[in-house]
Amino acid sequence: MALTLIDGNEAIAWGALAAGCRFFAGYPITPATTIYNAMLRLLPPSGGVCLQGEDEIASIGFCLGASMAGFKVMTATSGPGISLYSEQISFAIGSEIPIVIVDVQRLGPSTGSATKGADGDIQFLRWGNSGGLPVIVLAPVDARDCFELTMAAFNLAEAYRCPVFLASNKELSMTRETLDWAALVRPRVLDRRPPATTGPDRPYLPFEPEGDSLVPPFLPIGAGRPVRQTSSTHGADGFITTDPKRIAANQERLRRKLESAVAEFSYYSELPAVAADTLVISYGVSARAARAAVLQEQRAGRAVALLVLKTLWPVPEQLIRERARGCRRVLVVEMNLGQYVREVQRLLPDREITLIGRMDGELIRPAQIREGIAHD
Amino acid sequence: MTSLLNPNRPPAFCPGCAHERVVATLDRALTELGLTATEVVLVSDIGCSGLFDTFFQTHALHGLHGRALTYATGLKLARPELTVIVTMGDGGLGIGGAHVLSTCRRNIDLTLLVLNNFNYGMTGGQCSSTTPREAQVESGFLNRLEAPLDICRVAAAAGAGFAARVSGYDPLLSERMQQAIRHDGFALVDIWGICPGRYGKRNPISPGSINAAMDRLPDLTDTLAANARDEYGRAYREEAAKLVAPAPPALIEARFPPPQGGRREILLLGSAGQRIITAGEILCLAAATAGLHATQKNDYPITVMRGHSVSEVVCSDRPIDYTGIDRPNLVVALAQEGVARKAGIFRELGPDTVILKARDVSLPDTSGTILELDFKALGIRSQDRALAALGELADRRLVLTRDMLGAALQLRFSGRLLDAALKQLEAGGNSPAVVG
Repeated sequence: MALTLIDGNEAIAWGALAAGCRFFAGYPITPATTIYNAMLRLLPPSGGVCLQGEDEIASIGFCLGASMAGFKVMTATSGPGISLYSEQISFAIGSEIPIVIVDVQRLGPSTGSATKGADGDIQFLRWGNSGGLPVIVLAPVDARDCFELTMAAFNLAEAYRCPVFLASNKELSMTRETLDWAALVRPRVLDRRPPATTGPDRPYLPFEPEGDSLVPPFLPIGAGRPVRQTSSTHGADGFITTDPKRIAANQERLRRKLESAVAEFSYYSELPAVAADTLVISYGVSARAARAAVLQEQRAGRAVALLVLKTLWPVPEQLIRERARGCRRVLVVEMNLGQYVREVQRLLPDREITLIGRMDGELIRPAQIREGIAHD
Repeated sequence: MTSLLNPNRPPAFCPGCAHERVVATLDRALTELGLTATEVVLVSDIGCSGLFDTFFQTHALHGLHGRALTYATGLKLARPELTVIVTMGDGGLGIGGAHVLSTCRRNIDLTLLVLNNFNYGMTGGQCSSTTPREAQVESGFLNRLEAPLDICRVAAAAGAGFAARVSGYDPLLSERMQQAIRHDGFALVDIWGICPGRYGKRNPISPGSINAAMDRLPDLTDTLAANARDEYGRAYREEAAKLVAPAPPALIEARFPPPQGGRREILLLGSAGQRIITAGEILCLAAATAGLHATQKNDYPITVMRGHSVSEVVCSDRPIDYTGIDRPNLVVALAQEGVARKAGIFRELGPDTVILKARDVSLPDTSGTILELDFKALGIRSQDRALAALGELADRRLVLTRDMLGAALQLRFSGRLLDAALKQLEAGGNSPAVVG
């Protein structure tokens, strides 16, 4: 085993490179800045482009333009930048533009604390777009996840033509850790699919899926035939439509293309237990404390299991229901005042659900989780 | 020459709108330049100018209000061979002002056509960034309080190499557009026209009054000429070609036996400038040379060279879950600022925790086992304390050994810095800490 010493942000940058990212733009903001620093070292020498925008809106706008030109793109910011991205995120969702967006979360609200961690943007990432259509959000637990889930995020953005968020945390981005580099799992790199049926005599319809797929094929702007992109409510041809039937069908397709597919990309890890009566659910950096706590409780003979969610949105409902089967109560551990716990309550209304939360910039401690488990 | 207009979607503006003339003129300009549909991308903003892309059969990108230049920039850098034309109204100019300024400064090869009709036509005729103070608009008295923008003067001040005011009724409009498109860098054409549906109803405006108003504005020829410089994309690619791709992260093979097993928590407390974070990193690298896992979590203020600097390091022979430190095995206290930051932790410590402290640092009450180093008497500078402390820990085989530390220094430093570090370690080794 050969170890390397790396922080979460560097691991994200290397993961992006491995996934084929060729374009990055960002605006400096702690604790995301070092992703931009790393991309500036990695991309230009390998034929890619890394830009510093005049603000966050420009940075993500550059990315959307480059993505429409066929490049794999990524941007990175923190909560205040996600606020500014919001309108562009809505554009990427509605107009099906692949992009990876890293949110290195810091303590909010607003300017908050630049160097303190939190997972306070979890519902914001899901609902911070006009229209309320679903998005994909992945949540890394450690530097290894930062690399591997970044690769997964690019593949998902390509496969589903959509924005994919990586919900990181200051506690990952500014924490260095040893990582077994050779043991990293590198998935096969996916590229957005060009149309199968478009010939020179047939115009490309940028928003018309082929066959059973819910995802339209992609041609870049600059291809051999004209390509249209629009932020307006559009039909399959990329021109404005006012036909309620076509509008409804497209909105429903945008919803279903992600929600019906979540089982394909429900990333997680777990500590199962025989006849568990208690399930701990956590994500992000807090899952590390949860793992330490559950291991200790299991050693002490308690029937408690752990589920670490690495896909947060769309909610992996089937996975959560399955792992909670037979459990009397569920503890949700998250670095905020209670966000994802709402989803667990929605899915498991007949169980006793307890939040173990914290929002003061400090890590949730294993001892706090053990108290929660013991307090029965 | 083949028209690039979309035969299925003829322009649909209000009767008499200047935009319609501009659509036809842009088509003439593009075709006279010999450009084909797939060589051109029209990036349109929001408002009436945002309809432009639908009247052409070129590539098209219609995005958010004020942000057209941002998409165009990404597109052009990704596909430099494309001719990228941006259409934007005087509304987009205002809301996207930062992007206009930055695009002028960058000098990327885009052409911005400003469809300037002095008001927000689509939303009912409110004032915009170019509305004259004396105009009657839907914003009541508000426009009388604001100075209108001469965007060409702004562009020239911001570094644009090409900025031209031209009337939408000028027979030279197509020629101006072609000059702008041919210009090797960012080019802005400020096209003045009449919005008959909104602005023209309440304000006396005609092609003649437009010409007269334009004539009163300053000539910018010299400023624009002085702004001539390399096109951004080409300059970017030239700079990038000089760079060397960085090597992947260095891999550290396990070479030494660790001095202890299990999980070890080390708290480094100091002040900015004491290289506390570097010491924490060295500790992690040293751990890796013994096949140990390690994490390092840092805490410091945004100021440089002032305030506390704290590093929390965990080493373990098993993968590390929780990265926090609740009850350290080892505390290195090198400055008062760091101790103050973690003052609450000392009360919790028992005799099994070793505290290596500088003589000039005072600690809160604690039951930890204290070792003291008199850095001042040893002539060790403040910025060298952390490394000297690591040497002391290595001599005592606490968390790391001399072999591990030496290997970590080799990984972290090279050349003169490495020599200095090794030399300092040598010197420190002759002056052990005393029980405090």
